[in-house]
Amino acid sequence: MYRFALGRLLQAIPVLLMVITVTFFLVHSAPGGPFSADKAVPPEVIKALEEQYNLNQPVWKQYFSYLGDVVQGDFGPSFKYSGRTVNELIAAGLPITAELAFYAMLVALIVGISAGVAAAIRPNTLQDYLPMTGAMIGICMPSFLLGPLLVLVFGIYLDWLPVSGWGDLPGDKILPSITLGTGYAAYIARLSRGGMLEVLSQDYIRTARAKGLSERLIIVKHALRGGLIPVVAFLGPAFAGLLAGSFVVETIFQIPGLGRFYVQAAFNRDYTLILGMTIFLSTLIILFNLLSDMLAIWLNPKLRHEIEGAK
Amino acid sequence: MTFLSSSSITEKRRSGPESLIKLFSIVMLISLTGCGGGESNVSAGNKSGTLYWGNGTEPQSLDPQIATGVPEHHIISAVMEGLVLKDRKTLEPRPGVAKSWDISENGRVYTFYLRDNARWSNGDPHTAHDYAWSWWRALQPALGNLYAYMLFPIENAQKYYEGDISNFDQVGVKALDDRTLQVTLKYPTPYFLQLLDHYSLFPVHQATIEKFGDADQRGTRWTYEGNLVGNGPFQLVDWKINRRIVVQSNPYYWDKENVSLKEIIFIPIENIVTEERMFRAGQLHVTSSLPADKISVYREANDPELRIAPYLGTYYYRLNVRKPQLQDRRVRRALAMTIDRQRLVDNITKGGQIPAYAMTPPGTMGYFPESDLTFDPEGAKLLLAEAGYPNGKGFPPTEILYNTNEGHRKVAVALQDMWKKHLNIDIRLLNQEWKVYLDSESAGQYEISRAGWIGDYVDPNNFLDLFLCGGGNNRTGWCNEEYDRLILDVAPSMKSHKERLKVFQKAENMLLDDMPIIPIYTYTSVQLVNSSVKNYDPNIMNAASYKDIYLQTDEESSDKE
Repeated sequence: MYRFALGRLLQAIPVLLMVITVTFFLVHSAPGGPFSADKAVPPEVIKALEEQYNLNQPVWKQYFSYLGDVVQGDFGPSFKYSGRTVNELIAAGLPITAELAFYAMLVALIVGISAGVAAAIRPNTLQDYLPMTGAMIGICMPSFLLGPLLVLVFGIYLDWLPVSGWGDLPGDKILPSITLGTGYAAYIARLSRGGMLEVLSQDYIRTARAKGLSERLIIVKHALRGGLIPVVAFLGPAFAGLLAGSFVVETIFQIPGLGRFYVQAAFNRDYTLILGMTIFLSTLIILFNLLSDMLAIWLNPKLRHEIEGAK
Repeated sequence: MTFLSSSSITEKRRSGPESLIKLFSIVMLISLTGCGGGESNVSAGNKSGTLYWGNGTEPQSLDPQIATGVPEHHIISAVMEGLVLKDRKTLEPRPGVAKSWDISENGRVYTFYLRDNARWSNGDPHTAHDYAWSWWRALQPALGNLYAYMLFPIENAQKYYEGDISNFDQVGVKALDDRTLQVTLKYPTPYFLQLLDHYSLFPVHQATIEKFGDADQRGTRWTYEGNLVGNGPFQLVDWKINRRIVVQSNPYYWDKENVSLKEIIFIPIENIVTEERMFRAGQLHVTSSLPADKISVYREANDPELRIAPYLGTYYYRLNVRKPQLQDRRVRRALAMTIDRQRLVDNITKGGQIPAYAMTPPGTMGYFPESDLTFDPEGAKLLLAEAGYPNGKGFPPTEILYNTNEGHRKVAVALQDMWKKHLNIDIRLLNQEWKVYLDSESAGQYEISRAGWIGDYVDPNNFLDLFLCGGGNNRTGWCNEEYDRLILDVAPSMKSHKERLKVFQKAENMLLDDMPIIPIYTYTSVQLVNSSVKNYDPNIMNAASYKDIYLQTDEESSDKE
């Protein structure tokens, strides 16, 4: 298992290097610079700014000096937010986005697994069709539609929950978590239904039934562990996706997370911020994929044997 | 979830997923639930004297000599102050840190007398020397101050900035003693007092800046919470990125008895749809704007909280006079004459905008530009025919460049339609992302491009000097030496304001006659303002005087009714 993890981590190095290189040259070749503005910027100012941010050097020189900083964990100063470092901006946004992603994941797991398992227990009945239709709607409903709808109903007409914010007013975390979690809940519902159906038809379940175990015990103790493997495999990419893709929900609900920086940085040509965010999120995605693979191996004896047999 | 957790004590619960899910749901419940409802920001704020202000984007910097942009302006004007202030209604200059001033007969020497009780927010004495040092800093090229030109009316300031002279003593600013500041100008500049209320001329605290870096170094941490020392009615107490900036009343402010608000919370909200919802839910007193499609809804409901006021800005189109089909002034005039501006503002923009027939907005320092430009499709057809394109025949397809934005697109489509209908010419639309658009425009890679200009100070000069030969904001390729002479030499040397305005009118006529730009409408500021906010008067710069604003509590307003 350790060897497996180590191997995967070593593979990550060239991947990250590739990400850095491609992103670096892409942002530097995008038209429009970080300091162009609506009002004409005097040449003296452009010169002073380029000197300060090292932009007066040839691009390859900039690239290697940037790479040197990144290796030491320094993403440099933000071009747009004077006096802030990219590390500082990530540190400010990450806990909030991570918390949002965590709650959204909870929503997704609780709703998704409940619906999926319920559907799998009585396939092709109303108990199956209802949650699966819901899941289909959930997959199709984009968060920029669901978010404002929830706000209109629960925030404005019913006045039960705050319409925006994160940790400012009691209950303001509920609507964003639901909005972000819904799409993933729908996926998880479908995955867990499929997984459970497959497991429930296996011999060991029949054996359990033959032993006279209660249906509840069969589902909870024997079927879930195998039936949820597809869900576990999905968790890593899903969590990374939640972190990287929370931009829409953060904008709708005025949440000061990472997503808003990412998109704004691209519009502002804030080179260091775009790069820093890309590298950081790529690293997270790689790590989460690894974690979910390791979890899947731990859950699935077949895979464990393969890995250990390979030694 | 219920079917998983129905209880049967006899069964052992070792299975991972079930207990995990149970744990999740407990954590979820604890962290997410809380009593909903409660008091809204607005009614709580009205009692405590806290103003909740929708502030657009996250500020880039609160250094007054680095910052640009409206959100930055709001916060800086709460925590800092210049020698003079603006009247909250008329924008006339009022005493600020300077209790009074004299102007020499030739209009070039200003002597300011500072208040004895002027202090910085850390209690340090605030003197005339602070201004000399701050303006020296503002003119350091390494600082990258985009508003350095605001100081150019001061004698030798431009030469110093451009490196023609290196001795700052030759620049026309001198602290005669701790309380007296003398400023010598290049020309009598009637709007000079106004400039003093622009943040680029605000004083900055030398000791603080030097504590965190060099005087001309960008990106030091002196403007952050706990560090920033200002001289305004409020002081910075908290800055959470993308979340809020909190300022509270400054106990050392010279006029603290007359400051009513205890606290202002500036909330950066990029999404104006979210901002409007927050306003409706009582989380904001004031919004920074309003989505265009909501304006008519509020208007029809006659909502007293909707506020539309003329704004010192012009929406216009640049014509690239270097392009063959746009070289003839008759073509440019014809294009300008076939825009039905009234229809455009009534049916397309719908924000109460005012049709513009000149570059300078009407009423700028008492200047109401006269213009011979009208909506005249018949006259335009004749002009186009004279230029060699009868009924649009032979006119090459021409492109309108605009930055990607639904509002700009609608205007471009309307103009495309009007020009097709009245002149029978083919117009194409090209949208580009903001920075790409800026690049194309500055490089002259466009035919027609949409533009806007918001005034920095209330004077026709600020609108007309855009189109000087080769000026950075000109971008049309148009150049007229006589025009330059009027703006640069003749207008500044005029003795009276009236004569000066006549010169501007002459220059404006030249601009309209040659038409390198097509004025379309004068902007309006559109926002929502809660009825409890008092003394926030509409003015053409949409400037708020935070020291004057007070909040009426719900009880007070019901007493009145």
